[in-house]
Order: sequence, then structure tokens, then C-alpha cells
Amino acid sequence: MKVSYFPGCTLKNKAKDLDLYARRSAEVLGVTLEEIENWQCCGGVFTTSNDEVATKLSSVRALKEAAAKGQPLVSVCSACHNVIKQTNHAMQNDAFFASKVNNYMGQEPYAGETTVYHYLELLRDVVGYDQVKAKVVNPLAGKKIAAYYGCLLLRPNSTMQMDDPENPTIMEDLIKAMGAEPVVYARRNECCGGYVTMENPEFAKRKSLDIIENAKAAGAEVLVTACPLCRYNLQKAGTDMPVVYITELLAEALGVKEVTNEQ
Amino acid sequence: MQRIGVFVCWCGSNIAATVDVEAVSEALKLEPGVVFSTNYQYMCSQAGQNIIKDAIAEHKLTGIVVCSCSPRMHEATFRKTAAAAGLNPYMVEIANIREQCSWVHKDVPTGTEKAIILGKAAVAKVNLNAPLIPGETPVTKRALVIGGGIAGIQTALDIADAGFPVDIVEKKPTIGGKMSQLDKTFPTLDCAACILTPKMVDVAQHENIRIFSYSEVEDVKGFVGNFDVTIKKHARYVNEAACTGCGACTEKCPQKKVPNEFNLGMDNRRAIYIPFAQAVPKVATIDPNYCNMLKNGKCGVCAKVCAAGAIDYTQKDEYIQEKYGAIVVATGFNPISMDKFDEFAYNQSKDVITSLEFERLTNAAGPTAGKLLRPSDGKHPHTIVFVQCVGSRCDAKAEKGKEYCSKICCMYTAKHAMLVKDKYPDVDVYVFYIDVRTPGKNFDEFYRRAVEEYGVHYVKGMVGKVVPEGDVLKVQASDLIANKQLHIDADLVVLAAAIEPDKSARPLATKLTASMDTNDFFTEAHPKLRPVESPTAGVFLSGACQGPKDIPETVSQAGAAASKVIGLLAKDKLTGNPCIAHSDEMMCNGCSTCERVCPYGAITYMDKEFRMPDRTTAIRRVASVNPAVCQGCGACTVACPSGAMNLRGFSTQQIMAEVDAICK
Repeated sequence: MKVSYFPGCTLKNKAKDLDLYARRSAEVLGVTLEEIENWQCCGGVFTTSNDEVATKLSSVRALKEAAAKGQPLVSVCSACHNVIKQTNHAMQNDAFFASKVNNYMGQEPYAGETTVYHYLELLRDVVGYDQVKAKVVNPLAGKKIAAYYGCLLLRPNSTMQMDDPENPTIMEDLIKAMGAEPVVYARRNECCGGYVTMENPEFAKRKSLDIIENAKAAGAEVLVTACPLCRYNLQKAGTDMPVVYITELLAEALGVKEVTNEQ
Repeated sequence: MQRIGVFVCWCGSNIAATVDVEAVSEALKLEPGVVFSTNYQYMCSQAGQNIIKDAIAEHKLTGIVVCSCSPRMHEATFRKTAAAAGLNPYMVEIANIREQCSWVHKDVPTGTEKAIILGKAAVAKVNLNAPLIPGETPVTKRALVIGGGIAGIQTALDIADAGFPVDIVEKKPTIGGKMSQLDKTFPTLDCAACILTPKMVDVAQHENIRIFSYSEVEDVKGFVGNFDVTIKKHARYVNEAACTGCGACTEKCPQKKVPNEFNLGMDNRRAIYIPFAQAVPKVATIDPNYCNMLKNGKCGVCAKVCAAGAIDYTQKDEYIQEKYGAIVVATGFNPISMDKFDEFAYNQSKDVITSLEFERLTNAAGPTAGKLLRPSDGKHPHTIVFVQCVGSRCDAKAEKGKEYCSKICCMYTAKHAMLVKDKYPDVDVYVFYIDVRTPGKNFDEFYRRAVEEYGVHYVKGMVGKVVPEGDVLKVQASDLIANKQLHIDADLVVLAAAIEPDKSARPLATKLTASMDTNDFFTEAHPKLRPVESPTAGVFLSGACQGPKDIPETVSQAGAAASKVIGLLAKDKLTGNPCIAHSDEMMCNGCSTCERVCPYGAITYMDKEFRMPDRTTAIRRVASVNPAVCQGCGACTVACPSGAMNLRGFSTQQIMAEVDAICK
């Protein structure tokens, strides 16, 4: 099947791995991620600005493009997904916001017809973890993997509707499907420090260290995340705990991590 | 032809200010059947009623219309007036020209016009009224109490003391409920068992009380004064009459790894067990999920050691039919599940416990014999954090927890904090709260003692996260008054979980046709004036099934419910409502539609012989209404496709006559 795909800025720069492995793994699982044309920044830095229409327009444009193709819109970056899903929810439920956006955009009005999936949701709900399991060629047996969710992936639950934000299982179940052992630890849904790292790096570091130490104490050998900013902060904390994107491990399990010259 | 009298009330200025009452009484004089019409300042007063009585006698009235306030207010008054003057009370109609007219209109012409129209409608109806005589039904002088906690126990004792027989149905093997699991009770700190178990013994020994333990209400039929109840008595595989409660079986049973629900799974019991030492009835019960003999036929140890020969592996569930005049619901509460509150790490650490678990942990009969030891490693805790309002007072949009205040947590947490400090002054105790709510006799003094005398650290703010690391629980919280984040290394965290109605309440409400609110608490007939009655006649509410309550409040409500039951059972007969459905057998085609819509099961079908025009007879299936069961809701009259069903006092013809009068 084909789905529309919104990679997001970071995935074209710092987080190329997240993008690359997401595409390769999806192909193995029978899903083609079709990058939508002329996408722009999702507006990620502006997630908290509720009254701003301009910052949401790029998301709406992406959603409209997916709607034109009749495809769901998939993103893998936690922040992009958060912005796009919240914007779509607002287009469905906030008539005033929707009319402002539609007035601004002109042309055909958009009313939130597109289904928005996070890459993990795509795997769980569309592909199915049993299918993932069936396609695994390098089971990551014996590996103790701690999923790190961060704050944006699951919250606010009323709009994300992805998993229980206090006791999520979506990544743990994928880790199990890849043949590894998930490590559950308390701070997996705490904030990594986020953008605070720009003005108070010490504080952000302390937040990241708390998470890593908690995971380590629970026996984790590696941390996985779906968010470039989380990975940045966790790595910057300067511990020996490897922090990788969940898509990288997935590609490894599916046997497509080291591929050259594939189209 | 009726001879109708019309009586227009001024209600002081309530009606007369917006309705020209003189014009109304004059206009209604011209209506068909009206032979007398007048108006008076206060029709409901003794003088006003005398006007009505005199007019009935003088003008030989066969029906009257009172244009006054809502029938909810004074219909009963005027019916009594009519009856006193020898008129059938159902020949009285009220035209509501106050709530539905004078109070909602501002100018006199409009008000007067509408009052006349409403009066005409009532006159049109009275023209078709017929005298009705209410039936009487006998009252079964026996009460059923569902639930054997402190609420059910108190209600049963009070009813039984008044001389009426009572049955208690309790789904657990023993009565006692939540109170039997508590350690001490606020605000006096007397031991829960010391005050509860004597009452349990009173119940067991009372000549008017029967206990059906390990039983549930399977089915309820009938109506106030005459309920037919089926009680399902689960097989306990022990002959109750023979068992002496010696406990030999519970010591010898080889299946030792059964989580002990009485101690909330903090220790184990055997497959055959007596929940606790003072259980009533003190009879062993075999847990079929764990018993080797019942599961695979191998064992039989308990039967061998039982000197009384009480073990019966072949016992079956038993169904008991009994009649009751009144039913009291006392199904109680449970703490909510902590599954959705994983920020507090309840499922990750054994040292994060709920308040009810804490009760067992400090109880001398609990898993640690009353010593405060951490469940994980049995060590003495040095820092304890109590978190209040876990799942209480949640945002409706939060998708977890309850919106309401669970009411009891502030007091029991203060109690827990004090109990800890009293036994172990070295322990540091923190209590996190949103508000401290301690109204109640000696309640606030109690809480202040915890703060002022015992030095418990009360912090206004919520705990955001509990992180188990090594053998400490890292508690991250906010102190709203100091406006700072707190990080506490705790050894034990106690969560004051919100309380919710027992899961059995919802299906029971369906069986009783008793209404519930969105939180599954039973609804009372009136929140202030009828707090212990359900809107369903003959069903009463006792304890936390109606809303969160502490023990003193539960006991008061239990007594109040008992007094209502006694008042009901003291009557020999109940007067029914004569405004009930009846079927015109000549029109009924036996289609069963009415039977399906009747919420009370009042309609049955029978085959009846009818004489046909050509002197032959035919047997036809026709509907028949049980007048004692019918509540007069009218559902069948609307559903009947052939128009055979009609409601006495509210027949289709009467209502159409009213509509015609209004639309003319």
C-alpha cells in the first residue's frame, strides 16, 4: 500500500537515520512512504501557540495533499506528528479555527478528512505487529531495550489517541515483535529537557540524566526513541548509554539496515 | 351529563395579578356541563375548601375543576376535599393556571386568555371522567437487605429490632464488608473490629435475621410490598449447618498459594478458608478456582480432617425464592483500580500501596501482624509519602479517575499519618493534598492534631511522579505554597485511591428498575427531602451505594433507611393507584406488543372464550393487565396498534377532548 509521508525538517538534516530506516523498513512491510510535494516545516516550534493560524498552515497543506490522494498521512518525528494531529483535530472540531484557515488558504475547504498516523501507529494498527514479527530476519534476541517516549508522542491523549500516556505499550510491543526484551522504567514518559537546552543546558542535562539512570537501573542496554530532539538531549547528557532511533533497530531486525544501491 | 363546578383560585396575587380570575370563572360558566363557577382568594385554605364542599352539596355536583397551582402541589388536597363531600376523588381535575400560566406571562389579557383555555380543557376532561376506586394490595412483612457491610448490618438490625423479619444477602462468604478490613476508625481511633464484630454477632444471633452469605440476588419481580426475589446461593462445598468453624481444614489444605483477598493479596490463604477470625457465619468455603479436589479430583484432605463431616464436594448452586415487602440496597464501594495511574508506579513497585492495603499493613490481624514493614523487603520504612485524591476530583476531560470528591480520604489519611507517628516517631511522614476537607464532628480537630501534635508534613500540591530506583521511591512533587519542586526519597508511598460503587450495583439496579447517576451511584428520590428512598417504590438506599460516605454517616443513613422500611412494613395494605391500563378485549388482537413494552411485566396473555354473533363461541388470545403490578406509565396505550389499551383516568378520549378544547 501507499501512504503519504511527511518527513519534517530534522529528518532531512540531523535525523537522516530516522527517515532512511523508516522508509526501508516500511518497504519490507509492504508500505511505500510517498513523500508529499513541497512540504514545509510543520510549525513544530509553535506547538503551544494556540491562537496562531499561520503556524498551522503548512500542516493543513500537507493534510490536504494527502486528502487529495485519498491516503493517510504518516510522520515519524514525534513533534511533527504532534503538530499535524493536533491541527487535524482542530480542523475537525474547531469550526472557528477551520473557517479562518480555509479563508486564508482559499480553494477547496478542508475539514479534517485525512487520517493521521504516527509511524508506530501505522505499524501497529495498519500493518500489524504480527506481520512485523513475521518479517523479522535478525531477531534482536536477548537485547534489553528501553523505549523512551518523551512527552510529545502520546500527549495530549485526548487528541493523540495513541496509547495510555502513563502506561504505554506501543513501543514495548514493537520491541517484543523484533525479538528483543523491552525494559519498562518509570521515567520513560518524562520530558528530556526539550528546547530548554537552548537557554539552560544544565537543567536539560539533569532531566536527561534522570531518564538514562532510571533506565539503566532497570537493566536497559540501549534506549530507543522516535524523536530527534529527545535523542539529541539524551546523547548530549554524555553517558555511555547508546540512544538510537526505533526505526534503526527495526531496520536491523528486518535485515535492511545495511543496504547499498537499493532503489 | 355531568354537573360540573369550577373553582378559580387567586392564590393571593400569584394568579390574580396576571389573570383576571373573575373573567375566567365567568367564561367557564358557559362550558358544557358547568352548572356552577366561582373564584376565591385561597382555594386551598379551609374557607376555600368549604366553598367547594358546600357547592358540591348545594348543586349536586358530579365533577369539579379547580383552576389553581400545579397538581403536584394541591391535587391531593382537593381530592380529599371532594371525598369529604361525598364525591369520588378522581372526579377532580386541576387546571394549572399558576406555574404554567400566571407565573410565565406578564400581561393580563394573555394570562386570562390562556387560563380560560386551560380551564376549558379541564372541563372537557371532567365531562368524560368516571369514578375510580383504588385497589389494595397486601404487604409482605419481610425485608431484604442486599449487602452485608456496616450499612446493611445496621439497616437489618434496626428493622429486625422493630419486629420484622429481615434477610441479608452478601456475596462474600462473610458479612462485615470494608469496615472489617479497617484498622482504626476516625476520629476517635477506636478499633474497627472491636465495634463492628459485636454487631456482626448480633446479626447472627438475631431471631429475625437470616444471612445468605456467598449469595447474590439473581432476579427481582413484583412491586412495592410484594417483591418476588430469587437468591442464588453459590456452592461453598461446605455444609453450613454442619461446619463448626474449627478451622482444621484451613490448616491442613495443601494448596497454600492462594492470594488472600481479605489482606488484598499481600499474603496467601488456603483453597479452603475462613476469611477472618470473626467471620459471620464462621463457616469454611472452598475456592473452586484453586481446590485440587474440585479441579482434578485429587486431594480430599479437608474432607478427611473435618470432624463434623461438613465437606461436600458435590454441592451445587442453590436458588432460593422468597417474598419481600421492601428491598434495601447496601452494596457499598470499592477503591478504584490504580492501573491508569502509572505515574505513581503502583504496578512497578510493591512499596507503592493503596490506603486500604495500608489498613491491612497496620492491622494486628494483617499480614505483618501490625508491624509497619515494607511489602518488598520487610524493612522498616523511614520516610512515608501519602498522596491524597488519587483519581478523585479529576477533570472530566482527563479520561481517568472520577470527578467527585471521595470524601473519606482526608480523614483516613490523617488517621494513617497519626498511627504511623504514634507507633514510630522516627518516621518522616508527608501528606500531599489538593485541599484538606474535614467537616464533621471532631474531624478538623483530628486533622490538626496530626499536623500540630504529631508533626506530619502536610504539603499543598500533587505528586507528579514516583520513580522506583533501587530500594527507594523517588517522589517528585510540587509545593504550591512555597512554589517549588520537591524531591523526596521515600520508602513507602500510600495512594488514597478514589472510591467507586461496587461493580455489582449496575446489574442490580437493572433488576430493581432503580435509577443510577453517571457514576453508578444509586439516585435518591429527592436529594434533600427523600435521601434514603430510591425513586422506585419499595426500594431503599443505605450507605455508600448512594454516594461516598464515612462510617458515622453510613450508620445514620442505614438507620434512616430502616425507619422507612419499618414504616412500610407496618402497613397491612397499600392503596394502589387506580389510574392503570386496561385492555378492551373486543379490540385486542393478541399481538403481544404491549407485553414487550411494559417495563413492569404487568401484562400477560390468556386464551378466552368469546361469544360470536352467530351464537357460536371462539377462543381468542387477549391481553390482561395485572392491576397490582401496573404503574400506569401508559407505554402500552401508545404501543397498542389496535387502540385496545387505555389508561384509566387518562384515556385517549379524555386527552383528545382536552386537546380539542385547547385547539377550538
